[in-house]
Parts: sequence; structure tokens; C-alpha cells
Amino acid sequence: MNLPKKPLSAGVLTVALAVTLAACGGSGDNSSSGSGAYDKNATVNIGSLYEPQNLDNTGGGGQGVTEALNGNVYEGLFKLTDDGKVENLLAKDYKVSGDGLTYTFTLRDGVKFHSGKALTSKDVKYSLEKVIAPDSQSARKSNLEVIKSVDTPDAKSVKVTLKQKSISFVYNLSYVWIINDQAKNLKTTEDGTGPYKLGKWTRGSALSLDRFPGYWGTAATNKQVVLHYYKDATALNNALMTNAVDVVTSEQSPDALDQFKSNQSYKVNDGNSTTKLLLAFNDKAKPFTDVRVRKAVSSAIDDKKLLESVWGGYGKEIGSMVPPTDPWYEDLTKVNAYDPTEARKLLKEAGYAKGFSFTLDTPNYDPHPTAATFIKSQLAKVGITVKINTITPDEWYTKVYKNHDFSATLQEHVNDRDLVWYGNPDFYWGYDNKQVTKWVEDAEKASSTGAQTDLLKKVNRKTAEDAASDWLYLYPQIVVASSKLSGYPVNGLNSQFFAYDIKKG
Amino acid sequence: MTGYLLRRLAFLVVSLVLASVVLFVLLRMLPGDPANALTSVGASPEQIAAARHSIGSDKPLPEQFTHWAGQLATGDLGTSFVSSLPVGPEVTQRLSVTVPLTLSAFVLAVLIAVPAGFVAAYKRRTWYGALLSGVSQLGIAVPVFWLGMILIAVFALNAGWLPSGGFPQDGWSDPAQAIRSLVLPVVTIALVMSASLIRYVRSATLDVLDSDYLRTSRALGSSFGQAMWRHGLRNASVPVISILGIELASTLLGAVVVESVYALPGLGSLLATGIAQHDYPVIQGVLFVSTLAVLLIGFAADLVQRIVDPRLRHRLSGGAR
Repeated sequence: MNLPKKPLSAGVLTVALAVTLAACGGSGDNSSSGSGAYDKNATVNIGSLYEPQNLDNTGGGGQGVTEALNGNVYEGLFKLTDDGKVENLLAKDYKVSGDGLTYTFTLRDGVKFHSGKALTSKDVKYSLEKVIAPDSQSARKSNLEVIKSVDTPDAKSVKVTLKQKSISFVYNLSYVWIINDQAKNLKTTEDGTGPYKLGKWTRGSALSLDRFPGYWGTAATNKQVVLHYYKDATALNNALMTNAVDVVTSEQSPDALDQFKSNQSYKVNDGNSTTKLLLAFNDKAKPFTDVRVRKAVSSAIDDKKLLESVWGGYGKEIGSMVPPTDPWYEDLTKVNAYDPTEARKLLKEAGYAKGFSFTLDTPNYDPHPTAATFIKSQLAKVGITVKINTITPDEWYTKVYKNHDFSATLQEHVNDRDLVWYGNPDFYWGYDNKQVTKWVEDAEKASSTGAQTDLLKKVNRKTAEDAASDWLYLYPQIVVASSKLSGYPVNGLNSQFFAYDIKKG
Repeated sequence: MTGYLLRRLAFLVVSLVLASVVLFVLLRMLPGDPANALTSVGASPEQIAAARHSIGSDKPLPEQFTHWAGQLATGDLGTSFVSSLPVGPEVTQRLSVTVPLTLSAFVLAVLIAVPAGFVAAYKRRTWYGALLSGVSQLGIAVPVFWLGMILIAVFALNAGWLPSGGFPQDGWSDPAQAIRSLVLPVVTIALVMSASLIRYVRSATLDVLDSDYLRTSRALGSSFGQAMWRHGLRNASVPVISILGIELASTLLGAVVVESVYALPGLGSLLATGIAQHDYPVIQGVLFVSTLAVLLIGFAADLVQRIVDPRLRHRLSGGAR
């Protein structure tokens, strides 16, 4: 089966959720191993399905702008490593006050914007305030609204005061681009501090990045990067086959992989993603208000078989909302594992011995229709009738996400660390457990990451045991590249794709 | 002729205005809210309202329309909701791909179809005449994307002679490069287009071959070639010209499939992106320009027909000259 996943029509999750959630992808630090000789003046051609809508990540630029510019053109105070840890980037170090409400950051010396201006604390203040401004469409906006004030005691220091404790604050800062406070026209131009400056952007076609000679850190290992944009997965694969591109950031067509696997000229990298495919119940609507019904449905679906049929051996089973790269990951695939006998038993206990019928709102793009058909046939075996209602991403956004007008739905959630949505009873799936909400709140106010991790592990287990949703599988993250290439991120996850370590032999 | 031209021009303007109104209203009747694309998850009603306000979609429809029409009158196609970039330059840039693509495909298709259609008619009782008819029948049934994929597989993936898709980032600054990327898409469109054209040319030629005037001309001593040249071709071309107009217009609008198969940054792919994002100004801009092009093509086809066939000048213009 061909999976031209998420073209532009995948509006809602790409434009709304993915813009939001995808921007919380992990880091792509765990690069493929570098080789010896390489061309220091090479141009690396990257193929992608995600073209930026504009170049401003607080102005609705979308997933593509993160992929192209994050870490390459713009840098944050911090950077996320591949195992989900936070590293200093433009911040040399930082101090937190005893009450956890004041963060003082010291900036790295010698950092220059592409325009030539030196980085000062004013730029940081400007960048932070830009994210939480009323017209900001940033994915990080709601997380950073915890900021009360930003002060600049001197050119090298930034003092941020929070309204309440936020253990994820530094982590969230890794998504905030530091921008020259004098910069104009950020939708078509840029002024960042990264290893590349923007070359040329031809809408609908390509975007090029040129090595920035004044970069404060280690210079990029290639001279130029050109991101070529495709709307169609097949066209993208053809480009790779004809050497028009050297690497594909995220392969969405498992059928196409064989031609690359059997060819010495290519390398297929199977990395970790954070994208989960969810069968989300409306936990506030009957019959899914009953935990036994949710558990029964979860147990009646053979996730492994589904994954096999959609991704042909790639990807992973997942027992909860937490991907292995999140610090609070635990393998919970045994909870509500595939067991049709148990499912029938639970249904009987819940008073549905003869089964029931429900409507499954299914986004109209891959892999949702395939998954819906599979679920329908699986649930039929335990007496549950599924009516598949195919809807557009736009309808999904209004009907399901905003109006909560659904029984159950399929959706992909691309974000890392998005378990915390289960602490919000007003979120679209309506999971409402006071204890879980408290744990999530306490976790954010925790004094140490250890304490945060412990609390979120509890949330993880509880939501899994409650079958708050049915987590069908974790998507694979497949980067296919020419074997002449090394140093590219293999876990580039959904949005980030650091290009500065790529070597072309 | 001047009176005709003026009337035709007035008709064109009225059609364009009507088309714009219909286009504008139909777009607004589609389900979905462009503000969704502009707000992120968890956006409050106030934020969504602010987004609507910022793009002006909260204003009454007539006001939105007059605003758009006012901009159009000054040659401004508006600003994209999603990217906040002006639509006009975007459309111009895309036209620099779509227009050469469509026109070259059209010319190539005509170069294939006219002789082939003629041969298919004149030599219809020979094996190659029948073969031509058969192949053109088959060609009509072939979907454009399928043919595109076959051509890519053969000439790009296997032979490696031509790129499988894409267009140079610098556009036409390196013409050889740009032409190389257009060869396969042009051939794809031309083959599909010529298949249906061959049939029209064939039937128009058959009509002429069976006509009394041709027979009369032959009886008066003209050779077949002379008779065809003086009477046949002219008559055969009249119906074909109107078909050519329609084919050219539909290719311009249908380029979206070919542009997608070959990853070309043309007008069609811009339209597809605009539709996916509910980006009304982009959709309106593209469709307005396309409508204008289609009307102009129809106008041109009409004009050419009248030049070729003097009888039409009288009939359509009510005898006025």
C-alpha cells in the first residue's frame, strides 16, 4: 500500500496540531556515523514533503519551517538532544532561584546574527515576547504563557520571572528561536544565529541555505543545503532514485523501501519517531464512559497485525501515549494487550454481551482509512459494529477537536511529551480523572526532573490501565539517504532536521 | 468586424465579472473555516475571532467581495491568508512554468495530431490507418498520471536521460536546465492530448473527403492535393479549431495532475495547496487568472475560425462588417 501520508490536505493535524505538536519533535542529534573523506564544499540536496508556508514559526509557518530552519538558521537558548535531554546552545549557563520562579540566563560570547549584529539580551527578550504575543501562532505559546516578565539586567544576562513553577520551562525554551530584535519581514527573510543563512526560497519548489562564515560555533561540514519540496511521495522517491536529492527526511511510503534496501547506493535508517496513531474514544460519551468498554475495544484489536499491514514491519507497538524517547517511558504494551476472549468477557460485564455499534470518525488521508477498516473487522469478531464516517481534516478539527461531537475517532499525534494532555479534562477526548490531573499539575511544579518523571510515570500507567485511548502503534521514522552521505540525523522526528553535520563523500 | 470585436470584448468582460462572483460565492459556501489554518491547538474563541478579523473573513460577504474586486481592478490579486505573501507575484512565478509547459505540449500535440489524423482518415482502409485510429482510441483511455509514471520509469529511472521531476530553483536563468525538466511533462500532456485530437482531425477530414465540393473540384480537373489545399483543409480546420481551443484551455486547468507527478511548481500545484489550506485569496487568484486565460483562448479560437471561414463572419456578426 502506498502511503503518501499527510500531504497538504492533512490540514488539521499538519496545520493545526502538527504545527503545534509536531514542533515538539525530538532532536536529531544522534547522527549517523561520519565517514572519513568528504567534500567540504558540497551541496547537499534534501527531499521533503513539508514545504514551509512562510518562514516565521510564530506566524503560521508550519511544520516545514521547523524542519528547514530550526537549528540550521535559527538557534534557541537550548537544544534538545536525541535522548530528550536539554543542552545549552546560545545560553552559556543559567541559574534558577530557590522558589523556582526566576531563571537567569547568561548568553554565550561572540554570537553574531547573519546581518552582522552581535547577540544581546534584548534580542532574547524580543524573541520570547514574540512567542507569547497576542498574534503569535507559535506552537509553544500556551507553554510559555507561564512567563510573567523578561528583564535584561545587562547585555549578556536575561532574567525571566514565571507566574508559577514550570519544570519544563528550559525544555520548552529549546523551541524558541532567538531572532534579531531589529529584523523585519520574517515571513520571507530571516536573521538568526545558526550555521546557515538563508540563500533563496522559491515557493513551491526549493529553499537553499548557505554556510554562514561568521558562525560562532563549529562551521557546517557542507557549503550549501537545498531543500527540495514534493507533494507526492512517489515523486520524492523518484528524485532520490535519480540522484536529484541525496536524502529524504521522512519516508512515508513503505512499499518504496525495497528498491532502496536492495540497492548498495542507498541506506535505509530506521529511527525513532514520536508519532502515535490513536483510536481516541470520547470518554464522556456512552458507551465509552465505561472503562470496561474501552478496555474491551483495546483488547479486541491486534495492533501488531495492523502495524504489519500498514508499515510492513517498521514501527513499534506502543502501550500508552509515551514514546521511548520521553523520559517517563515504560513498556506498557502488556496492559490491555490483544485478547479477544478477555474483550468478550469485559463487554459482558459492562452489559454489552450482544455488543454495540458506534461511529468512527476517520480522517480521509492515509493511514486512517486503512486502520479504520482493519478496526471494523477486528471489532466485528467480538460483536461490535463500527460505522466508518470519513471526514476531511477540516471537519475533524471542527467536529471532533472543537465541538467534541463524536464517539470515537482516529488521529495521529506527532508530539513528544504529549502525555500531559490526559491531565486536561477539556481536551477533545474528554478523559477526566482528578488524580491524573493533579499528578500532571504537580509534575509541572516539581522541583526536580526526577520528581517530574516519577509523577508522569504514574500518569502513564494510570491512563494505560484506564484505556483512556487505544494507542495503536508508534510510527517509524525512516530516513533514506545516498550511501555517499553521512552525518545526517536519523531520528529527525517530525520537524527537526539538522543539516550542519552532513558530509557528502 | 470592429462591431463584432467590441461585442465580443463586452461579452468577455461580463463573463469574467459573472465568473468572479460565482467563484467568490461558491468558495465561501464550502465547509471549513480558514481561521482554523491560522490558529493552533487550544486556540480560544477570541484567538479564532482575532484570526478571522485579521484576514477579514468576519466581514459581510458583499463587503469582502467589493474589497477583493477593488483590489483586482488595480491589478492586485490580494494577500495569502496563510503565508501573508502577495498572491500576484506568486501566480506570475507559477505561470513561468505552466505557460511554457502547456503551450509546448499544445504545439507538439497539434504537430502529431494533424498529420496523424489526416492519414488515419485518408488511409483508413490501410493497416496503418487503422492502427493510428486504434492507438488514438487507446490513448484517450490512458490516464495522464499513469503515462507520466511510465515515462518517468523508462526515461528517468532506467535510462537516466532526463530528470524525473522538479524544476530548477533559479527558474529560467539556465534555460537548458529548465527545458530538460519540462521535456517529459510536455511529452506526457502532448501524447494524451494528441490522442483525442487525432480523432477529431480524422472525423473532420472524413467529412471533407466525402463532401460534394471536393468531388466537384476533382471533377473539374483538380488533383486531390489541389482540391484538398483549396477547399478541403479550410473546411476541415473549422471544427478542429474550436476543439483546439477547448483542449488548450482544459490542459491549462488540468496541468495540476502532471505538475504533481513531475513535482513542478506550476499554477496547478499552487491551486492544490491553496485549496488544502482554505487560502481563499490564493484560490481566487489562480482561478481568476485561469478563467481569464480560458476566455481569451475561446476568443482567439473564435477569431481564427472567422478568419478561416468567411461564412462565420456573416452568421455570427449578423452580417455586420
